[in-house]
Amino acid sequence: MSEIKEIMFNSDRLATDEYLVNMGPQHPSTHGVLRMLVKLEGEKVLNIQPHIGYIHSGIEKMCEAISYPQIIHLTDRMDYLSAHMNNEAVALCVENALQVEVPERVKYIRTIMDELARLASHQLWWCVMGMDLGALTTFFYGLRDREMILDIFEETCGARLTVNYNLPGGVMFDIHPNFQKRVKDFITYFRKKLPEYDQLLTGNVIFRERTEGIGHLSLADAIAYGVTGPSGRASGFSNDLRKHQPYSAYPLVKFNEILDHRCDTLARYEVRMKEMHESLSIIEQLIDNIPEGDYAVKMKSVIKLPEGEFYQRVETARGEFGVYIVSDGKKNPYRVKFRSPGFSNLFALNNMAKGHKIADLVAIMSTLDLVIPDIDR
Amino acid sequence: MKSFIEYIVSIFKGLWTLLIGMKVTGKYFFTPWKNVTQQYPENREKLVMFERFRGEVIMLHNENNEHSCNGCGICEINCPNGSIEIISKSILTADGKKKRIIDQHIYHLGMCTLCNLCVKACPSGALAMGQNFEHAVWDRSLLTKVLNQEGSTIAENVKEE
Repeated sequence: MSEIKEIMFNSDRLATDEYLVNMGPQHPSTHGVLRMLVKLEGEKVLNIQPHIGYIHSGIEKMCEAISYPQIIHLTDRMDYLSAHMNNEAVALCVENALQVEVPERVKYIRTIMDELARLASHQLWWCVMGMDLGALTTFFYGLRDREMILDIFEETCGARLTVNYNLPGGVMFDIHPNFQKRVKDFITYFRKKLPEYDQLLTGNVIFRERTEGIGHLSLADAIAYGVTGPSGRASGFSNDLRKHQPYSAYPLVKFNEILDHRCDTLARYEVRMKEMHESLSIIEQLIDNIPEGDYAVKMKSVIKLPEGEFYQRVETARGEFGVYIVSDGKKNPYRVKFRSPGFSNLFALNNMAKGHKIADLVAIMSTLDLVIPDIDR
Repeated sequence: MKSFIEYIVSIFKGLWTLLIGMKVTGKYFFTPWKNVTQQYPENREKLVMFERFRGEVIMLHNENNEHSCNGCGICEINCPNGSIEIISKSILTADGKKKRIIDQHIYHLGMCTLCNLCVKACPSGALAMGQNFEHAVWDRSLLTKVLNQEGSTIAENVKEE
């Protein structure tokens, strides 16, 4: 007995070793192919080293060989949940370089589509957040409501995810005659369903225990790592480009930038939930006032940018998305660089998850709302 | 003692939040007619896609088996993935002039990303997007299609190249 006591309390023989575990690339919580080398002590996370590039598709390099209207359809495939915003970033960049003024109608359509895409993205994020924490029900409820937005996209844009709707100088098609009615129906429907989301997950005691105080990311760290979007705003980092650098019809609408200073996983969750309400109100302000006019301006059949460097950034559902084009005056760009929000957000993970349990790592990763093609590009 | 009471209260509060969640799921459990699942392979006959839905690129033919493609190749230039190939041939017209017309409009569905740029660029409106989305085949070579139908001719009112 005394021997056991000695082993238990004052012996080095029970000292635990640190060990390395691969989480991914085939782990359900990574939502894609992301490998993380996790250094563990028991269940405690000591260090995380993300290894990316498993679905690197070379989009930036491909862009150098194709013309500007053709680039847009590739940006659909990076962050497929904010395809509209990615398209818009390239379209705006080309329009600014050529100093083309698009009609008011285009600005309204683009803004409504952006907000619908943001809603769809946040809905999917909400489903998977619940699923990662073990609540499969949320997955079905979220996808059910997202289906209505995808139907709106399919009717007007012709596709559900890879929409390719924006063009330099306008949009691909005019809005469908049913568009306004469908969007209004969706808003009334979804306003009733949002309280259900709160009842199911937000108030749930298991969910709150697993998110409150987990994954602290201080304001200084959020700025240092460049964590943008809802994840950064939950740390009090005011970075909403729709407010600070408004584009399209955002200067015309009234909405609040959601900020939270609690910095934890629950804060990141609540920022996104509140953003859904804001998105609904933005769409409501615009949907009845879409001005008459053309849905695109006539551009030259071969678009050539003047020599120089052009940068345009937009706010996607995940954060700041930037397009940097270097042009040498030809019809293809000399170099294209995309600043994707997921890439910067991912590398703050080590800072957030250090010292927590491995189960909390899943919750933290889920609130970062990672889309892996967006990181790898 | 105070912390003990708080502990007991927190247990009941936690249980209450679970019940609130179960109220939502229970509501749907007892109203199964509200479910939205589509029985896909069974509802194939009734399934109608939206008119703008992009399933594949098709070439429009009228009742006389005439299309309006003059083989100008603008779709080929506008395609970002090289999924369109235009093969043209030259023929002698009735008045003895040489004329280039379309022989085969080859479309590689396997490479197509359905971006709609070819349809938008076509000056004579010969191309359109089809609603068919069931493209599964046993052999990859079957995904390469010739869009102009066998024996089809160019319609009369189409502007020549």
